[in-house]
Amino acid sequence: MYAYKEYDQQLLNERVAQYRDQTQRFFKGELSEDEFLILRLQNGLYVQRHAPLLRVAVPYGMLNTEQVRKLAHIARTYDKGYAHISTRQNVQFNWPSMENVPDILGELASVQMHAVQTSGNCIRNTTTDQFAGVTANEITDPRPYCEIIRQWSTLHPEFAYLPRKFKIAVTAATDEDRAAIRFNDVGLRIIKNDAGEIGFEVFVGGGLGRTPLAGSLIKPFLAPKDLLSYLEATLRVYNRYGRRDNKYKARIKILVKALTPEVFGKKVDEEWQHLRDGALDLPNAEIEQMKGYFPEPAYETLENNPPPLADAKKENGAFSIWLRQNTDEHKKAGYQIVTLSLSPTSVAPGDVTDNQLDVIADLADKYSFGEVRNTHNQNIVLADVKQEDLYDLWKQLQTHGFATANIHTINDIICCPGGDFCALANAKSLPIADQIQKRFDDYDFVYDIGEISLNISGCMNACSHHHIGNIGILGVDKKGKEFYQVSLGGDAGFSANVGKIIGPSFNEGDVADVVETIIKHYIDSRIEGETFLMTYQRIGMASFKEKVYVKNN
Amino acid sequence: MSKIIKNREIIEDQWVSIDNPEQDLASTDASANIIVELAYWLENKTSLIERTGKVGVLLLGSDEPELFHQELNNIDLIAINFPKFGDGRGYSIARLLCERYDYQQEIRAVGDVLRDQLRFMERCGFNAYALRSDRNMEEALASFSAISVDYQSDVAEKKPIYNRRP
Repeated sequence: MYAYKEYDQQLLNERVAQYRDQTQRFFKGELSEDEFLILRLQNGLYVQRHAPLLRVAVPYGMLNTEQVRKLAHIARTYDKGYAHISTRQNVQFNWPSMENVPDILGELASVQMHAVQTSGNCIRNTTTDQFAGVTANEITDPRPYCEIIRQWSTLHPEFAYLPRKFKIAVTAATDEDRAAIRFNDVGLRIIKNDAGEIGFEVFVGGGLGRTPLAGSLIKPFLAPKDLLSYLEATLRVYNRYGRRDNKYKARIKILVKALTPEVFGKKVDEEWQHLRDGALDLPNAEIEQMKGYFPEPAYETLENNPPPLADAKKENGAFSIWLRQNTDEHKKAGYQIVTLSLSPTSVAPGDVTDNQLDVIADLADKYSFGEVRNTHNQNIVLADVKQEDLYDLWKQLQTHGFATANIHTINDIICCPGGDFCALANAKSLPIADQIQKRFDDYDFVYDIGEISLNISGCMNACSHHHIGNIGILGVDKKGKEFYQVSLGGDAGFSANVGKIIGPSFNEGDVADVVETIIKHYIDSRIEGETFLMTYQRIGMASFKEKVYVKNN
Repeated sequence: MSKIIKNREIIEDQWVSIDNPEQDLASTDASANIIVELAYWLENKTSLIERTGKVGVLLLGSDEPELFHQELNNIDLIAINFPKFGDGRGYSIARLLCERYDYQQEIRAVGDVLRDQLRFMERCGFNAYALRSDRNMEEALASFSAISVDYQSDVAEKKPIYNRRP
């Protein structure tokens, strides 16, 4: 993991002092609400329904255990004892007081963490595949490139006041896009060309919110040395020509759509001709040095499926199910990637208590080289667990409520804080998640349903990416009453589909029934081996619609 | 005469903004240094250049340096307007003027200009700032040095941090 150099630390310390001064000026009345708003947003501080929300950056989802323990400490000392893992691999605190934020930022800086550019109209935290560096199915480890982008985008003098927020995601995976790159403002997919050279496919203009769109390919192969000059050209075109008259039309996707991807790509290329082969060239030596910050941990030479694991599988059915659902193949023999489920029934998805954070840190120290990763599905990953330790780890995860074997199942719901916490929300989302999880409490049935994603957002801002859930649920407000719109067929992966709305929205009390009807129709219609998404793609919307509305009428 | 910040010092402003040239230019001393909007300058450049006083232009966020850069030798100052401090187009315009078109005169930020933006503006090529009139300029000077670490290359520092390392 990248370790801060002296100047990285100095920057953070200065940033904390600067923000402390800005906060004091605000309290003294020298900064108006509006002026302070933009400054605090650039430091991750929103004002929410009950209290401010502080979003802490977790660059590309990576944390060491010292950082996890610091987050636990902050949750305990400044919040109500819990934190929330966001869908951009960040960590949020829901109850800090505005006066305490400079102190919290100071605490974070002491472990090389911050809230810089976690909100506001600037370049946000770069996200990536949570299995980066440990999956066998990738071209190269994308994290060195993420760190290069992090440094380039941090306090970039030209791009602090963009028309709207700007999100970049990177993946190098060949099997599955776990970073949903085509739903980011810029999505970078690392590929290898026919000559065996590494480069980037550049997608631009993806996003969710009110106008869900999949990003378009504007550069089929960008050499690594050109990464920053090309990004700078893209941002400059957006900064100059993106709409600023209407915040709902200000994302880059609207500009790309208005110009067409071809014309937008041409404009970027024109700008890039001036910038390439200049100061922003990324020398190979720098890329190599950055790779040096992401060394492989000290793996032992081990065999796959060692006797302790084989025995445990034979003897314990629940363990076997967990192993199948919540762990993934590792690139090194004898190791496994373990996902800790943070969405067991009756707890808000993504929420984690201070004590749980401490436990996670202890487990990571014991079993996974002291590193932890956040996922955009709001779970936590221990990426380097020895297979011979899996059974021990599983028992401890059970004790602490992380072993719900629901990863990629209908119960692994992605859900925003919704109307219970968020000032933007039109409707509650957490009770809907709870309702659905309670409906699908028979795990034999849950596993029979198989791989599926279900996302619930409390408003059009789509923080839970309901458009790209195989089943998406959106809370809407109609004359003060909350209703829920259901969409089907969303796909976050490389094929990148936005789900289609099934029809008129439903009452709060009917959502679980509707989901159940949809699932039953899939079960009745599927052909052996099909996932929900495959069945939906084969048979289409019509018969789902018929079932759902017949039943409701 | 009002004051501005230039090259990190507070000085008397030597320029007069002419908001409505058709009406006000006649009554302005010919030796005064004036700032007029780009569109007016382009239409009247011959007569403007002939004045004894210097002439600068005011750019809006939508103005494109690509379209008038051939004229830069005749322009003694460029003011870039920030209608709201959250409107960041001026940063890109200043960089283009400095880095692409090598403009060496004063580039001044005007409009909703607040101290928390000064350092970013400076890094993009601004060297003068007409702070909003309700703001304390002495205090604002401190914000130039609030952050001393810059990862990126900029107008003054030609190398990004990874090329500066020994």
